[in-house]
Amino acid sequence: MLIRPFVWQRIVWAVLALMTLATLVVLFFIVGFIAAKGAHVITPEFLFSLPERMGKEGGVLPTIVATLWVSLLAVLIATPVGVATAVYLTEYTRESVLTRIIRFGADALAGVPSIIFGLFGFIFFVIRLRMGWSVLAGALTLAIMILPTIVRTSEEAIRAVPAALREVSVSLGGTKSQTVARVVLPNSLPGILTGVILGMGRSVAETAVLIFTAGSSLLMPRTVFDPARTMAVHFYILAREGLSMERAYGTALLLIVSILVINVVAYLLMFRVTRKLR
Amino acid sequence: MREKLIEKGLLLVAFSAVAMIFLIAAFIFREGMPLMLKVGITNFIASTRWQPGQGKFGILPMIVGSLEVTILAIVIGAVLGLSCAMFLAEFAPRWSVRILKPMIELLAGIPSVVYGFIGVVVLVPWIRTVFGGPGFSVLAASIILGIMILPTVIAISLDAFNAVPPSYKEGSLALGATRWQTLSRVMIPGARSGIIAAFILGMGRAVGETMAVIMVAGNALTLPVSVLQPVRTLTSNIALEMGYAAGDHQAALFATGVVLFVIIVILNTAALLITRRRR
Amino acid sequence: MPEKLFFRNLHVTAGSGVVLRDITLPVAAGEILAIIGPAHSGKTTLLRVANRMIEDRRDLCRTGDVLLDGVEVRTLDADELRRRVGLIFATPVPLPGTIFDNVAYGPRLHGTRHKAQLNSVVEAALRAAFLWDEVKDRLHTSALRLSGGQQQRLCIARTMAVSPEVILMDEPCSGLDPISTSQIESAMRQLKARYTFVLVTNNVKQAARVADKVAFFLSGELVEFGTAEQLFTNPRDRRTDDYVSGRIG
Repeated sequence: MLIRPFVWQRIVWAVLALMTLATLVVLFFIVGFIAAKGAHVITPEFLFSLPERMGKEGGVLPTIVATLWVSLLAVLIATPVGVATAVYLTEYTRESVLTRIIRFGADALAGVPSIIFGLFGFIFFVIRLRMGWSVLAGALTLAIMILPTIVRTSEEAIRAVPAALREVSVSLGGTKSQTVARVVLPNSLPGILTGVILGMGRSVAETAVLIFTAGSSLLMPRTVFDPARTMAVHFYILAREGLSMERAYGTALLLIVSILVINVVAYLLMFRVTRKLR
Repeated sequence: MREKLIEKGLLLVAFSAVAMIFLIAAFIFREGMPLMLKVGITNFIASTRWQPGQGKFGILPMIVGSLEVTILAIVIGAVLGLSCAMFLAEFAPRWSVRILKPMIELLAGIPSVVYGFIGVVVLVPWIRTVFGGPGFSVLAASIILGIMILPTVIAISLDAFNAVPPSYKEGSLALGATRWQTLSRVMIPGARSGIIAAFILGMGRAVGETMAVIMVAGNALTLPVSVLQPVRTLTSNIALEMGYAAGDHQAALFATGVVLFVIIVILNTAALLITRRRR
Repeated sequence: MPEKLFFRNLHVTAGSGVVLRDITLPVAAGEILAIIGPAHSGKTTLLRVANRMIEDRRDLCRTGDVLLDGVEVRTLDADELRRRVGLIFATPVPLPGTIFDNVAYGPRLHGTRHKAQLNSVVEAALRAAFLWDEVKDRLHTSALRLSGGQQQRLCIARTMAVSPEVILMDEPCSGLDPISTSQIESAMRQLKARYTFVLVTNNVKQAARVADKVAFFLSGELVEFGTAEQLFTNPRDRRTDDYVSGRIG
């Protein structure tokens, strides 16, 4: 009787380890496969020249520019709104019906599928507000999509600031807004930034939303009112239309590398935060 | 006085952030409901004929498609994901968890279109050779989706395990139980509501996924009977036809969005209720 | 001489219990009042009522008067009140940042921006807290690298930088080494002409060293109040005698 449980445990250990390994293998396989097939495509030419023949040949410069514009703009719009909401929730109210409504709204927003955002962005920004397919429409829609992420991480970061620091500011005669601006926010900045960077990562990866809001024009966008095709959308079109497998792999690798870099930066920031608070 | 202004200002911003969800719901419903009512709600949901050219808008094949794909995906995701979570929570050494967890979260960062692409290039041919059929199938979509929801399932299950009071675990170990016995008889029941929430949220993400599914599912308008048949989900339907739809057709796609929205709300509310009830 | 700070029939309840029971306690300008007594006697609550930092707690109910220069503190602007009545916490809490930024935080809050002005205010405050000589060459290094005693003196300098009239101190030397303690006590003695100090301490000897007047609190009640000499050598109440001589703690 005593032997059986331990043998059983060994078996279970092996099975679980195998499953975990399988998961990791999948991850490495995906990244490795893309890297292997796409590495040779990434040349300075590829990065910096314009696409020709609908993407069959040439480079991907407009898509890189489009991706940068759309994701940076989305983050620029979403961050003040998200941080302000988080500040209000943590600093200005106690748990009440109001906070629960606000939090419900933020959580509900987090669960909405991207295609619904695409539909909404299309009917609201592109059509109703007459922005047409544009960087702006795409950025605004993305901003709404990443808002819950920013609110959540900002809230956590703000809550992590020790109460004693706030008390110091108050005891010296600081008003609430001064305490928030001069003590709470500066000390929660790394945490907030982590959320912002993760939001940017999501923006770079997003496809369904942008096809219907920023469009799929391959021209270099010159203003925020121009349509634009981001890397993710470009990759999708290349793959689906079978225009150029090579360039598809190259674009995919670019995508993965960008997101990897963004995530790594976010993690480094998080580690700096935890080290500082020790 | 200035302080009051600042406070009111922040409240306004917070409220508008929240108002977004209602705005989105309002617009989707506004564009979709008239058509749903025109065609008849039961007709819309239960009819199997989707022929926009002839004004026939029945989305049953897509509903069934979404359901099949999602359920199969959650089975795959649950098996793999729960195993990973259990391994990380109980059996993996502490230092490894700190490396493994971010790596798994990296899986979440890979764009869905890349998943779909790998699916097309690697998985679909494999299914075709091993199982026959076109390869573009319910099975392909489910496998890809199952992998995509792994980070969600793992993260939430892991949190659920970590939330079980250490005293439960220690009590069990003190009585001489092995780690696995403790895990299966104490921790899993203790984390049950969190794990179920993980599954439901994973389902929510699977239902909502669009791009990867379009690429590997085949998008045929038939009601899929076997897992090797091609399928079209609610999300694919919207994404595929939105580019050229107009008038009633476009409204029907919004109506599909309404159905999708309702399904997601039900799933998320269920997850919320389950996590809250088991206090 | 009118009192600087006056607690009159102050009664504070929290939830079901009484925290302070009908306290009447005058604090004269320019003197050091020590408040002694065992834990949970209401000493900290008394301080926090004075600068209205108690109001964060929703379940507290307060009746009676607290007068600063004859004016009820609840009628004053809270932020201005806290500038005039400073509070030093038991554990030193330096703000993350440089030593200079810590001391300049208060003045900056209240509008001082001119560099020269800030420099002189910071120097004056650090000198008053007996910290200037030790940090004058590293004003722009992190305040978190200072020792415990230095950090507490930094907090004192920080409070002094806003030119308060009353300084409340909540067991400021608990956990500090004897040298830092004596430095803080010297600072108090030297500065009492300029400020009024209310010092909460659970160290009876410290009270004997620095205080002009002493108030003994027990379970929310003001048991005895008088000059230091009188309370320590010839206490009127039996309980005061017990506490001061160490029979009860």
